[in-house]
Amino acid sequence: MTGFIVRRILAVIPTLLGVTVVIFLMLAITPGDPAELLLGERATQESLDAMREYLGLKEPLHVQYGLFLKRIVQFDLGETIWTREKVSTEIKERFPATIELAVAAMLISSSFGIILGLISATRQYSWFDYISMVGSLIGVSMPVFWLALVLMLVFSLTLGWFPMSGRLGIDTNLEVITNFYLLDSILTGNGEAFWDALRHLALPAFALSTIPLAIVARMTRSSMLEVFRQDYIKTARAKGLSEFKIVMKHALRNGLIPVVTVVGLQFGILMGGAILTETVFAWPGVGKWLFDGVVKRDYMVIQGGTLLVATTFVLVNLVVDLLYAVINPRISVR
Amino acid sequence: MMKKFVMLVCIFVFLGAGSALAATPKKGGTPAAEPKKEAVAKPKKGGTLVYGRGGDSVGLDPAYETDGNSFMICDNIFEALVFYKDESTALEPGLATSWEISSDGLTYTFKLRKGVKFHDGTAFNADAVVFSIGRMMKNRNVKFSGKGWEIPKQERPPEYWVSMGMDDTVDAIEATDEYTVVFKLKKVQAPFIANMGMDFADIISPTAFIKDPKAFVRNPVGTGPFKFVKWVKDDRINLEANKDYWDKAKGPYLDKMVFRVIPENSVRFLELKAGNITMMDFPNPADIEMARKDPKLQIISQQGMNIGYLGFNHKKELWKNLKLRLAVAHAINRKAIVDKIYQGMGEVAKNCIPPTMWGYNKEVPGYDYDVALAKKYLAEAGYPEGKDLPEITLWSMPVARPYNPEGLKVGVAMLGDLGKIGIKARIVSYDWGTYLKRQREQGQDMDLFQLGWTGDNGDPDNFLAVLFDGMESAAVRTQWQNEDFHRLMGEGRTTVDQGKRAEIYKKAQQIMYDECPVLPIAHSIVVSPELKKVRNFKLHPTNSVRMKSVWLQ
Amino acid sequence: MNENAPAKMGWGHLAARCPLRARNPEERHPIFDQIEKFLKNKTGVAGLIIIVFFTLAAILAPLLTPYDPNENALYEQLKPPVWAEGGAAKNLLGTDDMGRDLLTRMIYGARVSLTLGVVSVGIAFLVGSFLGAIAGYYKGWPDSLIMRIMDIILAFPHILLAIVIVAYLGPGLRNAMMAIGIINIPRFARIVRASVMEEYGKDYVTAARAVGAGNRRIIFNAILPNCLAPIIVQASLGFGAAILDAAGLSFLGLGAQPPMSEWGAMIAQGRQLILRAWWVMTLPGIAILFAVLGFNLFGDGLRDALDPRLRD
Repeated sequence: MTGFIVRRILAVIPTLLGVTVVIFLMLAITPGDPAELLLGERATQESLDAMREYLGLKEPLHVQYGLFLKRIVQFDLGETIWTREKVSTEIKERFPATIELAVAAMLISSSFGIILGLISATRQYSWFDYISMVGSLIGVSMPVFWLALVLMLVFSLTLGWFPMSGRLGIDTNLEVITNFYLLDSILTGNGEAFWDALRHLALPAFALSTIPLAIVARMTRSSMLEVFRQDYIKTARAKGLSEFKIVMKHALRNGLIPVVTVVGLQFGILMGGAILTETVFAWPGVGKWLFDGVVKRDYMVIQGGTLLVATTFVLVNLVVDLLYAVINPRISVR
Repeated sequence: MMKKFVMLVCIFVFLGAGSALAATPKKGGTPAAEPKKEAVAKPKKGGTLVYGRGGDSVGLDPAYETDGNSFMICDNIFEALVFYKDESTALEPGLATSWEISSDGLTYTFKLRKGVKFHDGTAFNADAVVFSIGRMMKNRNVKFSGKGWEIPKQERPPEYWVSMGMDDTVDAIEATDEYTVVFKLKKVQAPFIANMGMDFADIISPTAFIKDPKAFVRNPVGTGPFKFVKWVKDDRINLEANKDYWDKAKGPYLDKMVFRVIPENSVRFLELKAGNITMMDFPNPADIEMARKDPKLQIISQQGMNIGYLGFNHKKELWKNLKLRLAVAHAINRKAIVDKIYQGMGEVAKNCIPPTMWGYNKEVPGYDYDVALAKKYLAEAGYPEGKDLPEITLWSMPVARPYNPEGLKVGVAMLGDLGKIGIKARIVSYDWGTYLKRQREQGQDMDLFQLGWTGDNGDPDNFLAVLFDGMESAAVRTQWQNEDFHRLMGEGRTTVDQGKRAEIYKKAQQIMYDECPVLPIAHSIVVSPELKKVRNFKLHPTNSVRMKSVWLQ
Repeated sequence: MNENAPAKMGWGHLAARCPLRARNPEERHPIFDQIEKFLKNKTGVAGLIIIVFFTLAAILAPLLTPYDPNENALYEQLKPPVWAEGGAAKNLLGTDDMGRDLLTRMIYGARVSLTLGVVSVGIAFLVGSFLGAIAGYYKGWPDSLIMRIMDIILAFPHILLAIVIVAYLGPGLRNAMMAIGIINIPRFARIVRASVMEEYGKDYVTAARAVGAGNRRIIFNAILPNCLAPIIVQASLGFGAAILDAAGLSFLGLGAQPPMSEWGAMIAQGRQLILRAWWVMTLPGIAILFAVLGFNLFGDGLRDALDPRLRD
């Protein structure tokens, strides 16, 4: 077990290094002077020279990469062209918003997905099963940004149930501590702000959750069906245990093990989907920031944002794998 | 010593003439709701105004910013020595109560307002002015009257200062006593005083700046009617009323202001309709109709001091062909563009200065939309039916500007029109910064480009020479080289009599019509929809957003 | 199977190898069983029908509509669909804000989406299969190297990587296709590698080697044709994903540029009109939904028919 964990953690290192290499190389092979690209068109000769020195452009490529890596380890991601603010500061201000959105979407997708999959599995080939499976197929086939717009059209515009954009209403006062608004409103005991933040979160989180929800539902269904075919369930059935008891007590634990992996892997999809969702709902998170960086060709933003999202993705996958090892008896034996 | 004349009155006469726009009655776009009683109604204090806008500010240090979204905030936090009047580019005293210009035009002496305090409680004085303006100079040829400060090294070039060539204009800045500042110039520069009213010349609190020069851009401290409170990136900027504002007679009336970022024009408009925001910028032209019908909304509009045009790349051999340019000019249905993309919020342009400006040449006939004629010109140009003409590029603006609300759509419309006479074109667009930069490079990959201009000071020179006289400078965006036109521009600048100048500019417009260096598209009407309760908000020709005297019913 | 075996191996000779694998030489080729099995799969067939429908629309576009997708008619702008108030049969699905016929643009949009699907999946397929085959066949360091690189590509959430690649290459449909192709390489590389490893020890490979066939020949003429099933399944599913990703890129303004009638770009355009013309935004989304659904259903059906092991 410990051996597995150590091996798995060590395996992350080359991947993360690879990520940094990719990010480094992308700028290096883009035509043009990297210093000019990073500083933008308004750079002066002095700042260009300083930047060239900073990047080590006179050195061979591998030395430049070494410097790049060194800066990353020191959390020095440079300054954005656009706002002249430290990239790390910009990220600090925005990342909580993205995490809040992604976690909410993950909660929605895993809870509803598991419930739908479970019911489908227990009533295989029923109408419910049929509809939910068709629904999940549609779910994975739908463009997220389109769904987001349709949700906005229906629920904000036509029905007026939810706000159209942003994280918090103008009249809502909230003392920001962690930048996770829901958490902050709980910490400060601000019920009004909590409700308001939740209403703002609802549509983007739901839109973002559709694809993972569909995948989780399908996965749960097939995994549960697999478990139902196992001998011990048959034995339990033969003993005359109630179906509910069988599912909850015996099948669920084993059936959900593979689902955990899937849920974890969805986090990456969420981080990617967040770019589109945040853009549609003007959600002030890392995804929208990164996209704005792309539009404005702010390479510091692109580098920093990409590094952040990819690293998060890799680390989440690591955690999921470790979790999987812990709950899955078969791996821990190895 | 130098003999000085008090020129205050003269200046006002001079500048007042220059901005005849202010006096001209507005055409078209009558405000949907114009509460006449306003003048009588006593402004009500209090309330929060939420302004919805398309993008976040870049930074809040006026010396270094270049974009409207940053200046929008600076306009309310900071003040300059001179102010532009409401709805015009005429000047009035600001932080300076009066100023004198020496007879040789090289020395400007400003008398400063007393008793003004920065938001951080420190006093506004001559040294603050020396510091604020002096920090932009390349050679810090400055003198403080008091202890003064060591001006920190600049992090980046002050864009406006540099692009306006101020280092070639300003020689030295001196505080001669606590409330007197003297500017010594290297050369005579008539617009200098007007320039001192622009955002980049805002006065900042030196104490606040010195404390942390890098952080000032996030924590601006000025003398303006509103104080900076908080900035949540990509989301909102909060301001609150400056209780100690020096000009209490004019405001501020609002308690708080929030500038919210809502990037999508349509979503922003919806938020306005829902009452979640109080005002907004850049509505989709097509949403204006809806705003008119909405009983909760009113529309403020002003004939814009602007021109949107389609330029030809004169650096490319192909476009030196006049007949080809005329073919394009007659092929494009500008009326359809103004009717259906500007949604009627503008008028088709004949000339490249707005019709409200003095010197406008009514006699110029303008290019008719005439496909047959366009085809004829195309054939005469040597490309019958577009044969042998390579596919051309049509650079289309990626952002909404007052003079062109939807560049990409305008581009698509033009593409279709050009196709009808056999010119194959494709749309090219970059982000706005890159677009402007690459446009200036005039590369061979650019054939036609959309651009436009909002005037700074109401003078035809500020349009015709700045935009189209390619012989003047390589920085002029239309690199059209025409001796006659260039000569007229020079004459216009050195002639004092406005009547004579008008004749010169009329001639210049006729040349432009004959030579077709660009195709003028439209002069737009600038529109701002707002909730009915908003009082006393006035659009400014320079597009600044000033909330000092705004109040809520 | 010996002296003439290598000659029989090839992409077009799928049937030639059947005597090897089928236990009874009289039995018909398993591909027919698979087709039959697939045809019994209702959802798979539904997917096929959808795909055929879109393909026909794309090919026959000029015959299906009297309009040009890029023909502006500004004075005809924002006409509602025929069933809505104010709609007319002239524009069945209404017009957009440039007065262009929406149905026409959607039909031509099928062309764009299918083309980009073919190109980007083609890139991913060719490069991915090649790399996967090398990794699976040679094992050792080429395998570790290639698979490490694939892991790194997979370390980026995929739309993010596509966005970043386009950010560096510059926006445009061609670059978007390239980016989507690149991010889908690991999909194919992994599957081909696994299949190649599985096939490696089998009789016919050993036989081919015995006859003295070169490595390249063995990989491309013998092994690859034998692992087509999972590749085809993956290609179909990948096709749907590529259409979705490309629509996302175009929606963000990084893919198809105006005036090209691409579905994602049309949604972006419709977004501005959300208040006044719901049809401009909603209808292209439905086209994407169905096209992607078609490929997903088809892929699932194929998977069930060709390779039951791959079922989830």
